[in-house]
Amino acid sequence: MTLALNIFSVLAIVAGAIFFLAGTVGLLRFPDALTRLHALTKADNLGLGLVVLGLLPRVDWPLGALKLVVVWLLVLVAAATVSQLIARVAQRTGPAS
Amino acid sequence: MTVLWAFDAILAATVLAVAAWTIVARDTFAAVVGFVAYGLLLALVWVRLAAPDVAMTEAAIGGGVTGVLLLGAAARLRGMAPPPADERPGAALRLGAGVLCTAIAAALAATMFLLPDPAPTLAPEAAANLPATGVGNPITGVLMAYRALDTLLEKVVLVLALIGVWSLAPDPLWGGIPWPQHRVRADDALVFLARLLPPVGIVIGVYLLWAGADEPGGAFQGGALLAAMWLLAMMAGVAAAPAVSSRRLRLALVAGPAVFLAIGLAGWALADAFLAYPEAWAKPLIIVIEVALLLSIAVTLGLLVAGPPERSPPR
Repeated sequence: MTLALNIFSVLAIVAGAIFFLAGTVGLLRFPDALTRLHALTKADNLGLGLVVLGLLPRVDWPLGALKLVVVWLLVLVAAATVSQLIARVAQRTGPAS
Repeated sequence: MTVLWAFDAILAATVLAVAAWTIVARDTFAAVVGFVAYGLLLALVWVRLAAPDVAMTEAAIGGGVTGVLLLGAAARLRGMAPPPADERPGAALRLGAGVLCTAIAAALAATMFLLPDPAPTLAPEAAANLPATGVGNPITGVLMAYRALDTLLEKVVLVLALIGVWSLAPDPLWGGIPWPQHRVRADDALVFLARLLPPVGIVIGVYLLWAGADEPGGAFQGGALLAAMWLLAMMAGVAAAPAVSSRRLRLALVAGPAVFLAIGLAGWALADAFLAYPEAWAKPLIIVIEVALLLSIAVTLGLLVAGPPERSPPR
């Protein structure tokens, strides 16, 4: 059981790290602000979500796990709002950068 | 251990790189973003040094409040013309400033390396006497009992800083409302966040204060979080910014230092020294002071970021 949980943790965290890597590559390589935001939200939402999922079996149940999930939800809300705001500024100032 | 060592090495290198980038960035906005990232990375450094209380303060103040303050300054500077060539600091002045900063940094670093090993410390004594204060978190014990005078003066300095910011207001706006009137659409994402987040943030802020007695946290971290929630609501136009002449606002500003001072003075009668607590009452008194401080810190930090009054006071 422990072995299975460990394998699950490693797989989920590695998958999350891959999303972070892909998001960072997208941030550096994509041509304009909107597509860069698109790349970044994948890293924030899915990457962090998978890392949290992988850490869940390794923390105190239920309070530690609940805290991790709340952290993920707060990051989701903040990231969604901030990317909306940045996208609006990007749209207003045009596709200059 | 080697994984942690590698993590520390990468962290230290990243902090130095971000610090250097923040200094050399030509664009003000980019430099501020670098500064915020620097503050958050520094918080991670404090976590690695097993100082979670400092880490939380660094993240909240260094990354959060100072970041918003600098962003506001950058936004104001953006509309202004660059200073004429003869008003810019000359090469000699800039070189002098650089040499002075380098000398101070080098002196601090040398002091760190020249400390006797083991470094002189009061930590064992502080830990041994902690039960007398009734609190379980040694940081809170030091801040509220052993070095209470420092904490009291720090809060007074915060209020003085706010008076300094207010005094930048032009005469007709004295006592007016900080924060320009924002036109935010009701379906804006920011408005949604400002309605969704504050209930959560207020609960966590109060929790940080309450947990601060025995675990990392305290009035400053909790207060910074409450200030952030208030600022979010003001930015989104969900809550109106108050006039700085408001009596209730000023009472909230001085509540913390005033309660602290009153209990400190009562210490002369009850425990033979200024800012001493009678042992049986130490913990309840500390909690009363911290609750008052939480309110004052939240209001002070919020108003510091909001800046000097920009609209005339209500008639």
